[in-house]
Amino acid sequence: MKVNGEIIHLHSEISLADFVAQQGYRKERIAVELNGEIIPKSAYDDTMVTEADTMEIVHFVGGG
Amino acid sequence: MTHKEFEEMLISRQTLPVYEKLKNARIGIAGLGGLGSNIAMMLARAGVGSLVLADFDTVEISNLNRQHYFIRHLGMKKSMALEEQLKEVNSWISLKTYDIRITGKNAAEIFKDCPIICEAFDNPVSKAELTSAVLSDLPNTYVVAGSGMAGHSSANNIRTTHPMRRLYVCGDGVTEIGNDVSLIAPRVQLCAAHQANAAIRLCLGLTDI
Repeated sequence: MKVNGEIIHLHSEISLADFVAQQGYRKERIAVELNGEIIPKSAYDDTMVTEADTMEIVHFVGGG
Repeated sequence: MTHKEFEEMLISRQTLPVYEKLKNARIGIAGLGGLGSNIAMMLARAGVGSLVLADFDTVEISNLNRQHYFIRHLGMKKSMALEEQLKEVNSWISLKTYDIRITGKNAAEIFKDCPIICEAFDNPVSKAELTSAVLSDLPNTYVVAGSGMAGHSSANNIRTTHPMRRLYVCGDGVTEIGNDVSLIAPRVQLCAAHQANAAIRLCLGLTDI
């Protein structure tokens, strides 16, 4: 699969919530686009990620 | 100064097609702190016709180092203090202000008439929540967010990125406020300027970066 332009190998299907945690992200500080669709926060547990997917993850830092 | 004189000034500088697109634009700004107050002032100067502004906060002494407020505004609601200043620059701008805390739940309702929303919060969780909620609840809306403008590294590290089709992110992406890292006016304003410029480009139909 492709994440932020980089190839990542996924051994088995996994929930989006588990995937972003595995990648070291804090779920509450990111926005995710999966195959061109924005995934609402409430759907992270039920959305499954597979080897065929393309994902963009934006991680926000504090300050404004 | 009359409204006609103000419009003629903008048209002579921007050309009529640009002036008309900006005059007909409506942009939402979520958060009126260092980013939001500066973005709003720039958009008003550029002749953006309509702004929707939202923040629950009050102007404090700690805001004066980077936010577009003056000593006379201390204790005032930011939405009111900003409205006052925007009218001093462009008396004919249409403003809708909300003295309210924006969340993922109310953002779509408040900004539903805005094709472009500038995310201008301080807190990273609020930034992510607003961005996710707006992009999923409002399927045609663009979000221009700010992330990473603390500290004092080179101004050249502040940039505009386009990571998702309807999301632009301005900032250096990494420099966060912390114990030894604070927010200083120039980098905050640089980031605000990137956001204002990205929003103006979207008003003109320019989607590349």
